[in-house]
Amino acid sequence: MTGPLAIIVPVLAAIGLMLLNGVVLIYMLRKVLGHLHLRIGPAHVGPKGMLQTVADVLKLLSKEDVRPAGVDRWLYVLAPIFVFAPSLMAYAAIPFSETLRITRLETGLLYTFAVLSLVPLGMIMAGWASANKWSLIGAMRAAAQQIAYEVPLLLSVLPVVMIVGSLDLADIVAFQTGMWWGLVPRWFILLLLPSFVLFLIAALCELNQTPFDMSEAESELVAGFATEYSSMRFGLIFLAEFSNSFVMSALAVTVFFGGWTLPFVPESLTAPIAPIIFVAKTYIGIFFLMWVRGTLPRVRIDQLMNLGWKWLIPAGLAWLMIVGFVVKLAAPGGVV
Amino acid sequence: MTPDPRDTVLDHGLLAEGTFEPGEAPAGIRRAPTGIDQLATEHLIVNVGPQHPSTHGVLRIVAELDGEEIVNAEAAVGYLHRGIEKLGEHRRYHQLATLMDRGDYVSGIHGELAAALAVERLMEIEVPRKAQWLRCLMSELNRIASHMVWYGTFGLDIGAMGQFLYAMRDREAILDILEEVTGQRMMFNYVRPGGVLEDLPAGTEEKIRAFLRTIDGYLDEHDALLGGNEIFLKRVRGVGTIDRETALSFGLTGANLRASGVPYDVRRDQPYAAYDELEFDVPVGATGDAHDRYLVRMEEMRQAVRMIRQCVDGMPEGEVMAKVPKVLRPPAGEIYACVESSRGELGVHLVSDGSDTPERFHYRGPSLFAMQVLEEIMPGTLFADGMMLIGSVDVVLGEIDR
Repeated sequence: MTGPLAIIVPVLAAIGLMLLNGVVLIYMLRKVLGHLHLRIGPAHVGPKGMLQTVADVLKLLSKEDVRPAGVDRWLYVLAPIFVFAPSLMAYAAIPFSETLRITRLETGLLYTFAVLSLVPLGMIMAGWASANKWSLIGAMRAAAQQIAYEVPLLLSVLPVVMIVGSLDLADIVAFQTGMWWGLVPRWFILLLLPSFVLFLIAALCELNQTPFDMSEAESELVAGFATEYSSMRFGLIFLAEFSNSFVMSALAVTVFFGGWTLPFVPESLTAPIAPIIFVAKTYIGIFFLMWVRGTLPRVRIDQLMNLGWKWLIPAGLAWLMIVGFVVKLAAPGGVV
Repeated sequence: MTPDPRDTVLDHGLLAEGTFEPGEAPAGIRRAPTGIDQLATEHLIVNVGPQHPSTHGVLRIVAELDGEEIVNAEAAVGYLHRGIEKLGEHRRYHQLATLMDRGDYVSGIHGELAAALAVERLMEIEVPRKAQWLRCLMSELNRIASHMVWYGTFGLDIGAMGQFLYAMRDREAILDILEEVTGQRMMFNYVRPGGVLEDLPAGTEEKIRAFLRTIDGYLDEHDALLGGNEIFLKRVRGVGTIDRETALSFGLTGANLRASGVPYDVRRDQPYAAYDELEFDVPVGATGDAHDRYLVRMEEMRQAVRMIRQCVDGMPEGEVMAKVPKVLRPPAGEIYACVESSRGELGVHLVSDGSDTPERFHYRGPSLFAMQVLEEIMPGTLFADGMMLIGSVDVVLGEIDR
């Protein structure tokens, strides 16, 4: 493929993947939460309720587009797009296999985080434009949360970058291929467990996931920043949320769980099904997110801030220094 | 006359009253604030309810927020007012139970029992022993069902979702039993002046025993799922403390009062039905914070289980209904009878003029007092805590507004 096709096809593929993901993940969420909650989840539309999400998407698409009086017209219309677009862009650098990706970026890791950090901007716009107090409080929370947790999220992956010596996601995966002494997978979760714990907490927060779903805390803020949104505008916000959890989970798989590779299995076997391995690992991560969501209560905003500023950031910095010293002492010329 | 745009802005509560200058706006159209300075230093007044996910019905709390902190809270009630007390003056005494069911609709048996006790005491009706025991049995079953609703929604208020459905599982088992006995799942109309509607149907006793076999394990599960969660403990410990004096001065009863360290329980201090024959402990809290209220209610469920065991094992034989006339005409006079409902002291004050309808029928709902203390404990907490506190005092709007 050359010329414009080389741009258009991957972009369409990303959109397709995102929509498909949304449909699958919403069904999965309902089923997983259902079974966690002693229910069975959707069961009537289609076999095992599989078409429930399709029906819901159709409903969202056919609903009247309500724009409440008193909203800031332009911001109100733009906000869902600002929430949606970064989620789409975040797919760009994710390597599904050695060759299958939209584009290879030398700064893939940084790019993905940078793009994801734009999402709260859309939330703040939505909250501000809605002329609704719940939305406004939700948006303020999103802003506070965003600033507090962006830093530990980046700190959590910096040790990986120091060891690999590259921001390219493919390089990070390549580093994790193979085994130490033929026994232990070279996955970063085993090497840098504290980093993963930091990443997990910060990622839950970044995704507005329970126990950190402050900005849309339904028992406090009705629906938070999305309160005034309905029909497909709400659909976009909703879709972006699911897409973000896919991206974040994919990042975790790439950075900490060896990406598209499998330990103990020769690479000649895994190479043909690399994208399947990658997506399967990602879905396991998403399942974990859903599990957390179905179980834990929500922390309070001040506790969230304390955790972020007083614990995670100092812990992240300290861990970064420890790893830095070890890397310098063990391999003065660089690890790779 | 064209409406003043300023009025439309203020009327809709877009901003706290005061400084907003709307400037040029098309008539009748509200405008969003256009600059940050207009909001920067103002307190936000939010209407929590009557339509809000966590106000347990139609409670409306007008909260003044300084950022996330609640500066002031005012409970506004009346959205569920059905005139139950006035209706009671036009109903015969037998029909009061129907009204009481719709007061505290989560624990209907207790309401019916209070009305029946009042009529019985006024008319000096001797209730058969078996009916007394059945009343205790049903009261305690209903108490667990009601506390399960509290437990589930309390968790929802804190943002957890799982435990709600686990609580509903246990409530469902009880509602099945209650349905078998009374024919209804919520509006039982089971306790009547002179006794109860019917004896336990065949097979129900085994069903209750089956429930008793599982419930202990389930209660431990609840204590582990929500009560043992570190996030939950961090949210409820030391928040919303009601000290002993405040609790007494606000007229709190039930678990809210006991959590504040006052061991007052109508079942023990003014025994009714067969409670003087049953063995149970009255759990008391130490500090009166939200966590103590949680612990007291959880322990109350365990005590209820204990009482249900005694009721099933020691159920006497005999009639379930005393001989009472078809139309009750209590002698002129007045009476106050109270029971320990799931939420506290639920009292019925009846004034009779000797006719077949009450002259005055008053209903003391413990939720009304619990709701008022919210105005005392909510200011100074964060907004999320405010929602949690609504759950922690366990109000039912049906009995606040009646």
